[in-house]
Amino acid sequence: MKIAVLVKQVPGAESPLPIHSNQKWVDEDAVAYVMNESDNYALEEALQIKEANSEGEVVVISLGPDRIQKVIREALAKGADRAIHIQIDTVGAIDPLATASHFADALKEENFDLIFSGLQSDDFGMAQTGVIIGEMLGMATASLVMAIETGGGKIKVKRELEAGWFQWVSLSLPASLTIQSGLNTPRYPSLKGIMGAKKKEIKVVTPNPVEANQSLEKIYVPHSDKQTVMIEGSVDQMVEKLIHTFRNDIKVL
Amino acid sequence: MDILIVLEDNNGKIHRMGLESIAAAQKMANDLGLSMGALVMGKNGDALAEQASGFNVGEVIKVNNKLLSSYSSDGYAEAVKQVIEQENPTYVLFGHSYQVRDYAPRVSAKLMKPFLVDNVAMNTEGGNVVFTKQMFNAKLFSDITPVSDGPYLVSFQSAAFSSENAVSGSASVREATVNLDASMIKTESEEPFQEEAGGVDLTSAEIIVSIGRGIGKEENIPLAETLAQALGGELAASRPVVDAGWLPAAHQIGSSGQSVSPQMYLALGISGAIQHVVGMKGSKNIVAINKDPEAPIFEIADYGVVGDVLEIIPKLVESLKGD
Repeated sequence: MKIAVLVKQVPGAESPLPIHSNQKWVDEDAVAYVMNESDNYALEEALQIKEANSEGEVVVISLGPDRIQKVIREALAKGADRAIHIQIDTVGAIDPLATASHFADALKEENFDLIFSGLQSDDFGMAQTGVIIGEMLGMATASLVMAIETGGGKIKVKRELEAGWFQWVSLSLPASLTIQSGLNTPRYPSLKGIMGAKKKEIKVVTPNPVEANQSLEKIYVPHSDKQTVMIEGSVDQMVEKLIHTFRNDIKVL
Repeated sequence: MDILIVLEDNNGKIHRMGLESIAAAQKMANDLGLSMGALVMGKNGDALAEQASGFNVGEVIKVNNKLLSSYSSDGYAEAVKQVIEQENPTYVLFGHSYQVRDYAPRVSAKLMKPFLVDNVAMNTEGGNVVFTKQMFNAKLFSDITPVSDGPYLVSFQSAAFSSENAVSGSASVREATVNLDASMIKTESEEPFQEEAGGVDLTSAEIIVSIGRGIGKEENIPLAETLAQALGGELAASRPVVDAGWLPAAHQIGSSGQSVSPQMYLALGISGAIQHVVGMKGSKNIVAINKDPEAPIFEIADYGVVGDVLEIIPKLVESLKGD
């Protein structure tokens, strides 16, 4: 199996997100970046499939400016064999059709059996890129994948439906799957892996420009109409006030 | 027609988010003077068409095709694409359901037309439609507009519009034909199934103590359990806790877990990612404790405490037991 894994570098859950003065983007210099959570699970799943079959190749592919090589190196250190870096300025680039066409262009010559991506990115949350790439490359697609069984030129995946329902779906290969968080336990890179990653190939490609189909007009901090009563003070005081609130305001005690 | 509403089948009934899409389409039609139509397909198409015709949706388009009797991404994406080409709407509205996430991006790719997803609001002032979407795990909002010519595919987040606002009416039903070939369907689906609930019924609980990533590690779960017991409530969790294997999936609240509306929802170390919030925002009282004052959970909380749950929980337990 030759598997491509899309990884995205996104702001970490705890990262500051100051909005740029033009209100079109966040100030990237202040952002602490990490690998997108569901992409990390997608990478682990690809590595496990390769290891279980004792053959194949895992190629990590990412799109963005130079800073994304940090997550590419991390993926290589975890065990990906080589990498493709689609080098492009991503400020304000939110259009999934444009993003997916860059990926499809970079992937089409490689004839992958499987393309894995995280279910959605923790920054824009468009939840489309992997599915669009599958369509563009004429592949079968499945989203929200919770488990994968391979064998016999087909794969079978467990898809998450809504409200605690699931479904097994068989797909012909090649296929593009979007991976749900939680289907495995992602590994940490070993020291040997980190050292070895330095020697692995990162092919840098420059995409042809494409027109965006949707545009970000403004980004802002939401303001809520809801009045939140903030309970303040020392820990002991807060606990006392909470108990008071449970008893007298919410009336559950 | 100008606005095509794509309705989803939920075991013979219009999916709840479909009714919300009807409300969204009606607002759009009203504000902009546009015409509407609603699309139904699948083995329950007749039942859905009958339900849809009871709403003010202009007309109902019913597609009968045996290759659409059960859901497949290949079949549904191709069918919706063909209906869009036949009807030439400017807007195609969906609920942001899991099924829509599975196939609608492919419709977008087939047509090379944008899919503006998971919107929480729509502004039609001045005749331009601007869609509002949450970004960065709901910490920021963004206003997005389509750039190219239509049709534009648009999905709305659960509860962005209220199904109660869907205006009833009397719409005619028309059949439409799509050309599908069995060779297009590259997937084969088995029957949906539910995993064991493990005796956890969160939907009827009056008090829910829910833990998120802020609980830190598995060893701290019993602490939260003790608090739930002291309050007489049920223990629940957000996705990261279940993903980590610290609690079974039956405890999960959110889009892929259960939806609850208890008298009190005590959110401990939960940031408030939208996938979680859609499952609990109907709670009568939301109390949030989180050490990050910027956590989005405080946007929807009735009561908020900025603090470390690991410090606060033991003292709450102590206090409750001392009562």
